[in-house]
Amino acid sequence: MKNAFLQHIRVIRFTLHQFLLEPGATLLNLLVIGIALSLPVGGYVILKNVQGVSAQLAGTPQISAFLTTGTSQEDISHISTQLKDHAAVDHIEFVPKDLALKQLQLSTGLSDVIGGLAQNPLPDAFIIYPVAMDVKKLELFRDDLKSWPKFEHVQLDSAWAYKLEALLKFGRLAVLLLAAMLSFALIAITFNTIRLQILTQREEIEVSKLIGATNGFIRRPFLYFGLVQGLFVGMAALFIIAVCLQLLNYSLSGITQLYGTSFTLSHLSFGDSISLLVFSAYLGWLGAWL
Amino acid sequence: MIKFNQVYKRYPGGHEALKNLSFDIAEGEMVYLTGHSGAGKSTLLKLIAAIERPTSGSAIVRGQNTKSIKASALPFLRRNLGLIFQDHKLLFDRSAFDNVMLPLLICGFDHRDSAKRVRAALDKVGLLKREKSNPIALSGGEQQRLCIARAIVNRPSVLLADEPTGNLDTEYSGEIMNIFKSFHQVGVTLLISTHDESILRQFPARSLALKSGELVV
Repeated sequence: MKNAFLQHIRVIRFTLHQFLLEPGATLLNLLVIGIALSLPVGGYVILKNVQGVSAQLAGTPQISAFLTTGTSQEDISHISTQLKDHAAVDHIEFVPKDLALKQLQLSTGLSDVIGGLAQNPLPDAFIIYPVAMDVKKLELFRDDLKSWPKFEHVQLDSAWAYKLEALLKFGRLAVLLLAAMLSFALIAITFNTIRLQILTQREEIEVSKLIGATNGFIRRPFLYFGLVQGLFVGMAALFIIAVCLQLLNYSLSGITQLYGTSFTLSHLSFGDSISLLVFSAYLGWLGAWL
Repeated sequence: MIKFNQVYKRYPGGHEALKNLSFDIAEGEMVYLTGHSGAGKSTLLKLIAAIERPTSGSAIVRGQNTKSIKASALPFLRRNLGLIFQDHKLLFDRSAFDNVMLPLLICGFDHRDSAKRVRAALDKVGLLKREKSNPIALSGGEQQRLCIARAIVNRPSVLLADEPTGNLDTEYSGEIMNIFKSFHQVGVTLLISTHDESILRQFPARSLALKSGELVV
């Protein structure tokens, strides 16, 4: 038992030694596959991030209902009670046009332009927070509100978030396809590297077989080679993505400052990183096994 | 130990290498396999080591029929056979020591224990001082002896030697034959193929004579 364990240790040491034997070729090989693997993983990271944002936005759907200009205070309070009593409404918020104008002045750098306006062009508005329901029902509710008198324009604010969600679904599929193809590439490259190794070690394999080596014994170093290579490739991919994200975040901070929000791309979670390493190691093993 | 019963071996292409071979080799026996080159000596040894399978008939080695042996059991049969090849089959990417170490690694011996065994085997063939040399730096006779060291290091019960003295001068041949004799004395079964008549005279033993694939009495 101990001997068998030591034998495995010896094989792993031998494998690592083989990597060091040709550091240049090994490094290039790892980089090539690492970059290939970092493409789908990077895509996944960005999708994850965008998804996080869209979930935040889409989590609280709201409907903005703009009133026709010149609606009387009486009508407004009438609509307000009607809305509050509606089954689909959780709560509402009334934004009078003066407040809306002030907010607009504050939040964007347009105060000069707005200050130059002779009169307030904005309508009064209700922000309606509906009870939880799916998109179809939300849209029906919006259409219903549109038919109400005094409502000039009704807008489902989270609609774009749902569109984004649909787009993300497409993105996920694309990333998945990319991942599948490049995983295949990892397998193929490992397979090829190992085939070359087998050719150079043919004599050793032949002699080993003649003096009683089991297939397992002969296969073992190659399998470990694939495994270790896969592991290194996974690490290279993680590293590449980390560097890219750092660069992206740097330029992103400039953009988000302009928009007055803060948004940074976060790296893969610990669990995701581990599964990436395990997966790429497994792919390497598979490539070796073929 | 080794029992052949009406063994035929036909290679693809129709060449009949062995015809109707039947013989018995008892445990601890030393037997010569003689005949001109092309008589089928190498083929016979390959059949014993299950490198080739008989076309018909049965070749039973250590109680196992090489024709029906499972691929998974094959390595364990071979571990009990010490093979000495005509072309040595040494590995030139490692030292003499590591060449002899290979069978022990394959069998999974304890590292420290195996180093001792390797040195004992090298000592036996008189190559202890060359353990660090690459086999390529060894002479033909030394390479042959290294091959023997590798064959005996895991103490097999059967030694198969294909022309072990094939291209050596008489002095070296005598040395190698003395090594074989010492194995025979400790109970190892030996099958030595040779076409060297002088060896037969010097170290007499039973011999199986092959002539174009057939046993001649």
